[in-house]
Amino acid sequence: MTEPAEIHARPKIIGARVTRTEDPRLLTGLGSYTDDRQVAGALHVAFRRSDQSHARILAIDCEAARAAPGVLAVLTAEHLTESVKPLVATSRMANYYATPILPLARGKVRYVGEPVVGVVAESRYQAEDALELIDIDYEPLPIVIDAETAVRDGAPLLHEEARTNVLVSREFKRGDVDAAIDAASVRVKGRFRMHRKTPVAIEPRACLAEYDAGRDALTLHSATQVPGILRDALSASLDLPGHQIRVVAPDVGGGFGGKGSLYPEEIFVCAAARRLARPVRWTSDRMEDLTCNSQGFDEIIDAELGLNADGRLVALRADVIGDVGAYSIYPWTAALEPVQVVSFLPGPYRIEHYRGRVRAVATSKAPTGPYRGVGRPTSTFVMERLIDMAAAKLGLDAKDIRLRNLVGASELPYKVASGIVWDKSGFQECLHVACDTIGYDALRVTQKKARAKGRWFGIGLASYAELTGIGSRISVAPGMPINTGTETANIRIDSTGAITAAFGVASHGQGLETTLAQIVAEHLGARFEDVRIVQGDSAAVPGGTGTYASRSLVLAGGAATLAACAVREKLLNAASHLLEASAADLVAEDGKVSVTGTDRSVTFREVARAVYSEMGRLPPDARDELAATKIYDPVFGTTTSATHIATVEIDPETLEIKVDRFAVAEDCGRLVNPLIVDGQVHGGVAQGIGAALYEEVIYDDQGQINTASLVDYLVPTACEIPPMEVVHLETQSPTTLGGFRGMGEGGTIGSPAAIANAVSDALSLLGIEINELPLTPERLFRLIEAAQMREKT
Amino acid sequence: MSGRRDIRATINGVVYERAIEPRLLLADFLRHTLGLTGTHVGCEHGVCGACTVLVDGDSVRSCLMFAVQTDGCTVETVEGLGSIGKLNPLQQSFHEHHALQCGFCTPGMLMTATDLLKKYPLATDEDIRDGLSGNLCRCTGYEHIVKAIRAVKAGGAR
Repeated sequence: MTEPAEIHARPKIIGARVTRTEDPRLLTGLGSYTDDRQVAGALHVAFRRSDQSHARILAIDCEAARAAPGVLAVLTAEHLTESVKPLVATSRMANYYATPILPLARGKVRYVGEPVVGVVAESRYQAEDALELIDIDYEPLPIVIDAETAVRDGAPLLHEEARTNVLVSREFKRGDVDAAIDAASVRVKGRFRMHRKTPVAIEPRACLAEYDAGRDALTLHSATQVPGILRDALSASLDLPGHQIRVVAPDVGGGFGGKGSLYPEEIFVCAAARRLARPVRWTSDRMEDLTCNSQGFDEIIDAELGLNADGRLVALRADVIGDVGAYSIYPWTAALEPVQVVSFLPGPYRIEHYRGRVRAVATSKAPTGPYRGVGRPTSTFVMERLIDMAAAKLGLDAKDIRLRNLVGASELPYKVASGIVWDKSGFQECLHVACDTIGYDALRVTQKKARAKGRWFGIGLASYAELTGIGSRISVAPGMPINTGTETANIRIDSTGAITAAFGVASHGQGLETTLAQIVAEHLGARFEDVRIVQGDSAAVPGGTGTYASRSLVLAGGAATLAACAVREKLLNAASHLLEASAADLVAEDGKVSVTGTDRSVTFREVARAVYSEMGRLPPDARDELAATKIYDPVFGTTTSATHIATVEIDPETLEIKVDRFAVAEDCGRLVNPLIVDGQVHGGVAQGIGAALYEEVIYDDQGQINTASLVDYLVPTACEIPPMEVVHLETQSPTTLGGFRGMGEGGTIGSPAAIANAVSDALSLLGIEINELPLTPERLFRLIEAAQMREKT
Repeated sequence: MSGRRDIRATINGVVYERAIEPRLLLADFLRHTLGLTGTHVGCEHGVCGACTVLVDGDSVRSCLMFAVQTDGCTVETVEGLGSIGKLNPLQQSFHEHHALQCGFCTPGMLMTATDLLKKYPLATDEDIRDGLSGNLCRCTGYEHIVKAIRAVKAGGAR
C-alpha cells in the first residue's frame, strides 16, 4: 500500500497530549453504560446457574417459579430450541473440535455457573426471588477438573461427541531441536505454571434487548468489545437479517478481553425479548462475573533451552497443556490462548531450532477466552525465566545475555522459529533504554550492599515482542468465523458542515473517540473539536468486529487516514470553484480551505452548504457528496517490543513482596496521544503485577470455584502498584499506515516475567527459582522452606 | 418483604420523598428509582468502591446500605460535583491528568477523593494511595489518579 504523501507532513494534532473528549461526560455521571439505559417496561433476567461441575440434567421443575410475583417467563433450553440456533466457533485447524454455544445448558452442565434456567420478571429483585423456587434434578457425572488427568486416554469426557477432551492440538517446529539440545553446551529446563486468571473489568457485563415487533427488529445494547461480531452471530443464531438487528456498545467500563466474546446471556435476552415482545435486560453481579466470564492463562509448560558456551541460544522445545475450560469460545476457538503460548515462546530472540507442542484440554471450568496479552504473558514468563536460569549457569549478567541474543536492527524483519515474522522494532534499543531509565548498573551496586545486610532485594528484566495491528493474513484460528484483519472508516461532512467519522471499533476505555478524532482532524484539515467519532455500533459501518488484540488504533487509524484524505480531496475540489483557484493551490487547515499565499478562504461549513444546500452554486461534477468510506488492511501487521525492569524487596518475616520500582521502555511506533499511551502502559503493568502476585481463579477438586468474590480473588489496589517510569521509543514502522503500532496489551505481557525474575534474583542465594505464578505468600513460604531444608541436608 | 416505607432524603440538594421496599439498596434507589445513574455498581459486596457516595458528609458504599437508612440524611453523588460546562477542581484535575480510562470506577474515585481531601492532610503520595485502597481501578494503574489528587491538594483549590 502506498501512503498518501501528506502523511509524512509534520503533524500538528497527531502526537499532541490532547485531553480526552470522553472525559467530561464520564466525570459528571453522564456516561451511558448499558445498565444506565432507562427503558420503560424493561424486564429483568436472573439465571439459575449450575451448582454442579459435571452432571446430566434429569428434570427441571419451574412451576413454583412461574407462579412467583412479577414473573413473566421461566425458560429452559427446550423453550429455545426453535428460536435459537447453536453457534459454533468453526476453524479449519486439524485436530479441532468445536463445541456448540447455546444460551442455556441442554442435557448436561459442564461447569459451575453455567446458565440452566432464565427467569424473566418485572424487577431484578423478583427474578432473583423466583430463582430459589426452581428445582433441578441432576445426575452427577465423573469430575473432569484437572487438565493433566483429563488429557489422558480413557479419562471421563466432557463432550462425548468429541471422543477426547483435547479440543485442539498443534505443533510448530523448525530444525532438529532434539539433536541441537543434546549438542548444546548448557541446558536449562523447568516446569512452569501460569495459573488461571480472570479479567475483572470494574463494570460487570450487562445487556439489554429491545424488540420492535412491528418491524421484527432487535436492538441489543451490550457491555461488549465486539458489537460487530455479536451482530453477525446473532443474525445467524436468531435467523434475522443484519438490517433487523443492531448491536450497540455504549460506554463500556473496561474489557481486557473479558467482553470480547459472544456470551450465552446475550443470546438469551434477545430470544426472550422477541418471545415476550418486551425489553429484556440482564446485568451481571460480581459473582457471575468471576464465575462465568471468559478467563485467561491456565497453562502448564515443560520447556528446555539449549545454549552455546558463549551464551547464545541454540534450541528450545516446549510441551504445553492449556486448560481451556468447558467450551471452545465464540468466535475465537479454544486455540486462542494456549496456541499463542507456543507461537510466541521463542520471543524476540535468535533461536534456530524450535519445537512447541500444545494441547488445549477441556475441563469443567469457565471457558478461557481473550485476556490482555493472550498467551504472551505466559510465553514471556517462561522464556524470560529460562534465559535468567541460563545466565546464572553461565555466570552472565541478565542484561548481557539478552543483548547477545535479541534480534538486532539489521536482522529485521526476522522470521521466528514458530513462523511469526518480526517487523522492524527496537528490540535491543528497548533493553538499553530501560536499563538507562532505571539506572541498572547502579542498581546492581545497590543490590550488593543490600545483600551484605541480608536484605532480599532483586532486579528482574523481561524483554518481549508482540504482533499488533494484525492484518488479514494472520488468524488466531485459521478459518474462524470472523475477519480480524481489516477495519472500515466512513467519514462524512453533512449539510450543516458537521464532521462524523464512523468505525467498527468499540472503545471501552482506550479513548478512541479522542485519538481517532486526532487522526481525522490531522488529515482532513479540520479542528479536533469539530470531529465526532461514532464507534461501538454495528450499524456504523457495514462490516466490523470491535476492539481487541491491540488493533484499533493501527487499523482504524489507517482507515481514518485514507478516508480523511479522500474527503479532503472532495472538499478541495468543491472549494476550488468557490475560490476560483486551482485545487493544487488550496490548503485545508483548522476547518477552512485557503488559497495558499492569500487571505482568501472558505470554511468547511460554507463548502458543505454550497455542495448540499445552495442550488446552482456549483457545477454538477463538483457536488460530489463530502463523504468517503475506506478499508484498511495492514496485511501482516507490525511488531511492538519492550523491556520491563522491576525491583522487588521481600520482607523475610512476612514474605510480603513489595514492587518498589518499575521501568518500561517500549517501541510502539508513532504516538498519537502520549497521555493515553502512558495510561495504557500503567494499566497493563498493574494487571501484570496482579497476575504475578495476587490474582488466581481457584477451583477445588470437585470443580467448585473458591474465588467467587473480590474478597477471595485479589485485584491490586493503589497500595500494591508502584509509580512507573515509562519511556516510548518512536521507531517509525515501515509497514503500517502512519507508523502506528498497537500497545494496549504490552504492559501485561512483560510484567509477570519481570517480577518473577526479580523475585528469583532476590532469592538466588537460596537457589530459588520462581516457576509458578501468581507467587502468593503461601507459595513463596513453601519454596523458602524447601530451600532451607535442602541447605540443612 | 414488600411492605413499603416512606423516606425523605436530600440528594445533591434536592429533597426526594419516596415509598420504597426496605430491602432496596441505596445504589439501586439512586440508579433505578431516581435515575441518578452516575453512581455505578461494580461488585455488590463492598470491595470495589465504584458505588461510593457521601452520606451526611462521609463516604459510604451505596451497595452495602439500604435506601431506607438514608431517611432524613443528606446524600451527595457524582452528579452533585460539577457539570460538563463547569467541572469542579477535582474533576478538572482528573481530566487534565488522564486519571480515568473506562470511567466506570471514576464516580467512586471522585467521591472517595472528595472525602479524603476534606478530612486528611495527605502529606505523601503513600497517604493518597492508602486512602484509595478501598477503590479498585482496573484501567489506570492508579498513577494518574494519585497525581490528579496530589495536584488538587497542592493547588489548595478545595
